[in-house]
Amino acid sequence: MHKSVKTPLIAFAALLLFGGLLNFGVNAYIQLIVLFVIINSILAMSLNLVNGYTGQFSLGHAGFMAIGAYTSAYASTQFSFFSESFGFIGIFVTTITGGLLASAAGFLVGLPSLRLKGDYLAIVTLGFGEIIRVTLLNMEAVGGPRGISGIPSFPNFFFSFSYSCFWALICFFFIWRLIRSSHGRGFLSVREDEIAAEAMGINTTKTKVQAFVLSSFFAGVAGALFAHVTNFISPSSFTFLMSVNAVIMVVLGGMGSLSGSIAAAFFITLMPEALRSLQEITGVDLRMVIYSLLLILIMILRPQGLFGDKELPDIWRKYVRKSA
Amino acid sequence: MSVNLLEVKNMTMQFGGLKAVDSLSFSIPQGQLSGLIGPNGAGKTTVFNMLTGVYRPTQGEILLSGKNIVGMKPYEINHLGMARTFQNIRLFKNLSVLQNVLIATHQHISYGLFDTVFLSKKFQNQETEMHAKALSLLKIFHLENKAHEKASSLPYGEQRKLEIVRAMATDPILILLDEPAAGMNHAETHELMKTIARIRHDFNLSILLIEHDMKLVMGICENITVIDHGVKIDEGTPQKIQTSEKVIQAYLGVEA
Repeated sequence: MHKSVKTPLIAFAALLLFGGLLNFGVNAYIQLIVLFVIINSILAMSLNLVNGYTGQFSLGHAGFMAIGAYTSAYASTQFSFFSESFGFIGIFVTTITGGLLASAAGFLVGLPSLRLKGDYLAIVTLGFGEIIRVTLLNMEAVGGPRGISGIPSFPNFFFSFSYSCFWALICFFFIWRLIRSSHGRGFLSVREDEIAAEAMGINTTKTKVQAFVLSSFFAGVAGALFAHVTNFISPSSFTFLMSVNAVIMVVLGGMGSLSGSIAAAFFITLMPEALRSLQEITGVDLRMVIYSLLLILIMILRPQGLFGDKELPDIWRKYVRKSA
Repeated sequence: MSVNLLEVKNMTMQFGGLKAVDSLSFSIPQGQLSGLIGPNGAGKTTVFNMLTGVYRPTQGEILLSGKNIVGMKPYEINHLGMARTFQNIRLFKNLSVLQNVLIATHQHISYGLFDTVFLSKKFQNQETEMHAKALSLLKIFHLENKAHEKASSLPYGEQRKLEIVRAMATDPILILLDEPAAGMNHAETHELMKTIARIRHDFNLSILLIEHDMKLVMGICENITVIDHGVKIDEGTPQKIQTSEKVIQAYLGVEA
């Protein structure tokens, strides 16, 4: 077997085993949270490509996610060709279509990013995300504020889990390898110093648009997964808060660390749920208070994020091996 | 007649009401080591910024190997063979020394995104080649042992050297050095002079350098252009410049 697919396949097999255990071991509530963790991981990793590696501050990730979700949901509910006759393959096709449409939107948003930097770019992308949401809100064809319901899903948790993990692994290995190639170093150089990058022959315009296109593809895929997992989407699923959550995951995990993004996706998804049980004991809903306090504490103690720009193997080498 | 490698004709840069550079003309023949000197604020770095496409000159022509490069993007000019270093060091600070050099070789690779994702033969071969090339360039400046250190952790002098290595990695025919010896002591400057002379010979380079260290300029430059207030006041061999009345006046002022 070619070594480029060996590691991902081993990882996939391990995850399938884990998914099998979860399928029988835990209840539907926990299963759904697990799926959200995976979807959020994809979202965070893809945003890390733009915000963390390329250094372009984007606040419109929910918009790309919405495009992917609506495309996949609409196609699979409207054209039974996708959902009934092919089932699994149908969802696969609509997911990719969702991703591709999202990356087309990423191309459009990438264009203004050529002239804008920092806060200004953040505002433009924020505006873009809102435009998408408001457009969907007013489009009767996709249900307007009612959204789309009855989106075809997988027969059971195990299938949903495997399918989500499949995409998460593609996203992970794609970005991981990209960053360790010359193309990826081009992305990093744009973040570090645009003027120097240009002087060293890097087409920074092209690089930035590339980052947006690739990143929004995976955001679109995450959106499609979200649609098929929850069976229901509406414009209110993709508010500004969703984009902010994605940014929090990237910053909390560490700009430029994929393992950090995944760890943060776990934290951000699980924490509000874990705090639910606290509410049952105290009787007061302090969830968001504690959650925000924790975020503030982490950012004070580790301003560079949980992982900084390091990956899990680097940290392993640094701390664990040394002490052994 | 041989064409000059670089030919600058009536280049002017106007920032609002200020003429930073005023119809400057000069040329660099193939293989020459030229110097650009002038008092502080004379417009030297502005000249570099126009040559490399950071600024677009308000007037005039810049011909590189006979081709007009005015209006081109900096990366396009770099692909044509002009590379530079920066006066106020612009390394990719958070990346390793090796990564800094590798980024400059990006333009020579031909593998695509799919080669990257599937770790194709093409990807691996070109990566190996790039790494070997980057390391051999680092060796010239004795930086190969620091290849995996963060660029910002290098001492100042070595950061300047790394800037030169990075510029070399783009395979230039003309290299512009903006105060390469700034902040270096005598011994370091002397060593740098030797290295510049060596790379120029080994890589068949033409060099234009801005420098305040007169010993370095007079020691290695074959031709010197002097500017003051954006205007060329003299040009010629080091011997000629050293005795030029106008140059002495520009640097020391006019006798009352």
